[in-house]
Formats: sequence, C-alpha cells, structure tokens
Amino acid sequence: MRQAAGRPDAMSDLDFTVVLRAWPYLLSGLQFSFALTVTAFAIGMVLGTTFALIQHHEVPVLSQVVRSYIALIRSIPLILVLFWFFFLVPVVLGRFVGGGRSIPIGPTYTAFITFGLFEAAYYSEIIRVGLRSVNKGQFEACQALALSSFDTYRSVIMPQVLKVASPIILSQTIILFQDTSLVYVLSLTDLVGAASKMAQLNGRLVEMYLTVAVIYLAICSAASQCVAVLRKRNELPRVVRQ
Amino acid sequence: MFDVLFERGLDGRLYGLYLLSGLGWTLVLAFFGWWIAFLIGIVVGVGRTASNKIVSIASRLYVEVFRNIPLLVQMFLWFFVLPELLPSTAGSWIKQMPPPWGAFIPALICLALYTAARIAEQVRAGIEALPRGQSEASAALGLAPSQAYRFVIVPQAMRLIVPSLTSEVMGIYKNTSVAMTIGVLELTAESRQISEMTFQTFAAFGSATLIYLSLALCAYQLMTYIDDKVRIPGTGMTKRRRLLFVAAGGGKARRHE
Repeated sequence: MRQAAGRPDAMSDLDFTVVLRAWPYLLSGLQFSFALTVTAFAIGMVLGTTFALIQHHEVPVLSQVVRSYIALIRSIPLILVLFWFFFLVPVVLGRFVGGGRSIPIGPTYTAFITFGLFEAAYYSEIIRVGLRSVNKGQFEACQALALSSFDTYRSVIMPQVLKVASPIILSQTIILFQDTSLVYVLSLTDLVGAASKMAQLNGRLVEMYLTVAVIYLAICSAASQCVAVLRKRNELPRVVRQ
Repeated sequence: MFDVLFERGLDGRLYGLYLLSGLGWTLVLAFFGWWIAFLIGIVVGVGRTASNKIVSIASRLYVEVFRNIPLLVQMFLWFFVLPELLPSTAGSWIKQMPPPWGAFIPALICLALYTAARIAEQVRAGIEALPRGQSEASAALGLAPSQAYRFVIVPQAMRLIVPSLTSEVMGIYKNTSVAMTIGVLELTAESRQISEMTFQTFAAFGSATLIYLSLALCAYQLMTYIDDKVRIPGTGMTKRRRLLFVAAGGGKARRHE
C-alpha cells in the first residue's frame, strides 16, 4: 500500500514535471538576475574605478568622503542597504528633479541603482589594491614618455591592474550574482522570486527551491572554475621571471 | 531624531527595546554560528589538503556546494524543504517547534554551514602557505600525519590566517540579516518593523545602521587584538598592509602568488 496521505512527504513523491511546466517563468526570473548582475557590474566597476583613483591620488575632501562611504557600505548588511535605498532614492531624486516631491521610480530601477552603488564599494577596494601593486617605475616611465595622465591610466596602468585583479573581480561578481537573490525581500521576480511565486501557485515548494539551488550551483561552480584558470594564468609569468 | 525609540509600540514596549531584542538575536546567531563554523571549517580545510583522495574530494564537494548556492536559497532549503523531505513524523516535529526556535535553529545551521565552507578555504590557504619543510620535518621527527597536523601544521596555519578570518567575522554578522527572510526577528527585521509601524524610516534604519557600524568596529578591533597576540614573529604585515589585505576580501590565493 502506498501512503494514503496526499502530502508529498517522501522523496518518492517528488514530481519534477511541475518544474518543466514552470520552466519559462523560471527562465525569465533568471534573465532578470543576469540583467541585474550585469548592470550592477557595469555601474560598480565604473564608479569603483573612479573611487579607487580618487583615493589613490588622495584628492582632498573627495577621498575622505569616498573612504567613509566605502567603510559605511561595507559594514552594513545588503538587505539593510536595499531598504535604505528604497526609502531614499525616490526622496533624493525628488529633491533634485521633481522640485521637492518624491518620485517613485519603481522597485526594478531602484534595485539596479542600489546594487550598482553597493558593489562600487567592493570593486573599488579591489582596484585600489591592484593600483598599489603596480610598480612605481611604470608611472615614472609614462612621465618620461610624456603620456598624459589619461593615457597613462588607459594604456599602461589599468591593463596591468585589471590583469592582476581579474580573479578577485570575478569572484566578487559571483558573490554579486548570488546576492541578487536578496531582491526577494522587495518582492521582485528574480530566479528565487519566480520560484517562490510559482511555489505559491502550485504548492510544489520542494521541487521549485531544489531546482533553483541546482541552477545556482551549476552557474556559480562553472564561474569559480574560471576564477581558478585566471589565477593560474596570473601566476605563470612570475615563475618564469624568477 | 531618534525620539521614536522612546515611544511605545502597540504591545506597550518601547521601540528601543524592539531594536535591542533584534540586536540580541543577531549577536546570538553570529556568535554560535561562528563557533560551529570555525570547528567544521578547520576539519574541512584540513580535509582539503589531506592525501586521502576520498577525504579531499568530499571536502572539496562540501566547499563547492555550500559556497555556490546563495545564502538565501540555503535558508529556504533548511527552513521549507528539509522538513518535507524527512519522514513525516520528524518533519512535523520540526514544523511544530515553538515560534522563535522554529526559524532560529534552521537559520543557525544554515549560517554555520555556509560560513564553514568559507573558513575552510582560508584554512586550506593557510596550510598551503606553510613551507613544505614543516611537514617534512614533522615526518622526520617520527610524527604520524595526524600528529603533524595537530601539533605542527594547523596551529601555525591558524596563526597565519587571522587577518583573512577578520573578513569572515565581519561577514557572519552581516549575513545574519538574511535570517529575516525565514522569520527570525533580528536587527534588520526589527528596524523595518519600526519603520512600518511609525513611518519614521530615517530614525529606524539610521539606528540599525549605527548599531551595525559599531559591531563592525568591535569585530575589527577584536580581530586586530587577536592577530597581534598570536602572530608568528617576523611573518606579520604592518598595520597598513593588513588593512589593505582585509579590504581585498582576505586575499585567499594572494598569499602564495
């Protein structure tokens, strides 16, 4: 006799066909997770590089402001940062654009802005350390060649920084991709959001969350293999040199 | 601005007490989670470097699984999925745990196992950073591999990795906030509750932010103190370099680059 109860409480009662039916919806959620990751990566890298350069050159006032911002963002949890920005972004935008009235721009755009600004603090620290690893002679050589400071950074310094920092940047991006799941607290439909909404409809919570876990595991494991490859590639020339 | 903390909520408690009880849960989660994670992390980290193939593959698998699934999803797995997969008596026993514990225990297990995977990687990096001579000398002195790990390798590796453990300590108290998604009323959850009940969003989130900031400061000071106490003479970094090192996320592989 099989169990009489209808509750799926044993492994054998799992029914993964519900996942197949929910697949298009999950995929659209995953697409949003990717979009959020890519946007936050772009904003974060541009802002982060700017922050790092400001600190590297010890620009008065600005560098203190940037340093405090980074310290603050890095010591509070991302969920709290999300709540902060959800509250602040419409108010701040309203003050500058809407003549004092707050402008609701919707949770999606706020998420993009929040993740970009949040990640900037992390990328900035990575790039700052990268900048310090560049030999001083490189700067002096650029001066001797009469390169403008823009050309110095664009063609000489930044390529070296990015090469040294690429494994750490990629691991940070993997963390970012995992962190995008936290938009769940704002009821957005990323991969986790899609799964949980689907689970509410079809009651198949176990299958949905297990699938989500496997999807994340596959993507992030593949990406961590790339980190290992990048790391190896960075190590080689050093060995040869010595 | 923080007047709201001295007002009373619907249940007659001061809002300030809401925050304090949230802080309490955050600290309890972070503290116990840390010690469980630390123990498992050392075992798995040693396992990663073991010569036994089965042990090292199992440890690697552990790290890969727990590091590559988002903490939020892991929380859901422990809280929603595990009770359904267990035999129905055990499952319903878990589901019927009284309110704070029903969410707290899954959150604690989840946070501890997740952090353990990260600590294991640091321990492995520490062990690999030691000169080979250390294990060779232990073998020459007639120590069994387990003795070599216990008396020579692990103690030195632990002293080396204190700076990179700092970022894990700072990570775990921040990660406790994810427990709010399964209903643990920790600091972030309480501050949101205050903001929703009073509409004093600025004061509510502001005070939570200040508390998190002071926690970060305490954690950092504590780890710096420990590092000064246990650092192997001659191997340490200057304070400034250490700051940069931690800032770069602990620099897992940077040590042997």
